[in-house]
Amino acid sequence: MFFQLFWTYLKIGTFTLGGGYAMLPLIQREVVDRKGWIDEEEFLNMIALAQAAPGLIAVNSAIFIGWRIGGWKGVCGAVLGAVLPSFLIILAIAMVFQEWKELPAVEAAFKGIRPAVVALIAAPLFKMAKAAKIGWLTALIPVAAALLIWLGHVNPVWVILATVFCTLVAVDIAERRRK
Amino acid sequence: MIYLQLFLSFFKIGLFGFGGGLAILSLIQMEVERYGWMSQQEFVDIVAVSQVTPGPIGINCATYVGYTTAGFWGSVLATSAIVLPSLIIMLSICKAYFWLNKKFHDNPYFTQTLRMLRFTVLGLIASAALLLIKPTNFIDSVSWIIFALVAFFTVLPQWYKNKVTVVLSHPILLIVLAGIAGYFIYR
Repeated sequence: MFFQLFWTYLKIGTFTLGGGYAMLPLIQREVVDRKGWIDEEEFLNMIALAQAAPGLIAVNSAIFIGWRIGGWKGVCGAVLGAVLPSFLIILAIAMVFQEWKELPAVEAAFKGIRPAVVALIAAPLFKMAKAAKIGWLTALIPVAAALLIWLGHVNPVWVILATVFCTLVAVDIAERRRK
Repeated sequence: MIYLQLFLSFFKIGLFGFGGGLAILSLIQMEVERYGWMSQQEFVDIVAVSQVTPGPIGINCATYVGYTTAGFWGSVLATSAIVLPSLIIMLSICKAYFWLNKKFHDNPYFTQTLRMLRFTVLGLIASAALLLIKPTNFIDSVSWIIFALVAFFTVLPQWYKNKVTVVLSHPILLIVLAGIAGYFIYR
């Protein structure tokens, strides 16, 4: 089971570009459709849990599926398979990048790439805001969070903790009133 | 104690990294800036590399920062540290899965917190982008044109979806095109 999970996740990890979210459809095809290790409904529950829990979504899903199918051995296999390809590729790049960076051609290319990267980080916000069903009032939350971090240099960790704390207090007050 | 710093920083990033890769960027940025592990420019470069190589951005950044600050073992340590909180939390969730599924589905404390975190995550991503708008990354007016074009092509399929606009919105293609443009403009 260790090797099967390792191999499956290694394949998925090697061939998905663009981060954790891009891995989900491939994981579904391999684990649900092809191998039948878990069913559709459990897979959807898994995605909800992997997104709700902190950490990388691809790794979270590997842990869940590894555990459900192969226990400890499954977890080790799936996590190693999910992490190893990007680890090795970046390690190889890190080894040569320091020198390549100095080359005029690479330097010029990166001058063009840097503003593109900033756009790639910012642009998905619209789609994500729509998916989160944001309203005029709730839009204040991301705006406040962004300003606190950007201009106030507040560590994002505090912003996350404040969100959790305020929500729990607000829900608690609402619940008490209902009773 | 570079190893201890690396471990604690990336453990923290794994522990508070809600909402996927882009949201994790602002956390990584803060830690990297605090200890001076990378320049702003280097950070953007490694995000660019992450976008065109396979795997989660968090792993890519951890491996890169670990290697450049403390060599091979630094990269192993940082990568393990970012995965460790996931292991602890997800395994607890797995063990309590059936119980959780029944109890937490309609628990307002739980569902509302997740809902609000989704909004906060949008702010984290926005701050990651805003923090990178600096003269080192935007060197002249051409930079802004590239920024506007990439943003435009990324968002385009939402209004006007066909085969061409979907292909043009692909991040890898856009980065490669921006790199080619940079090569011819700044060489």
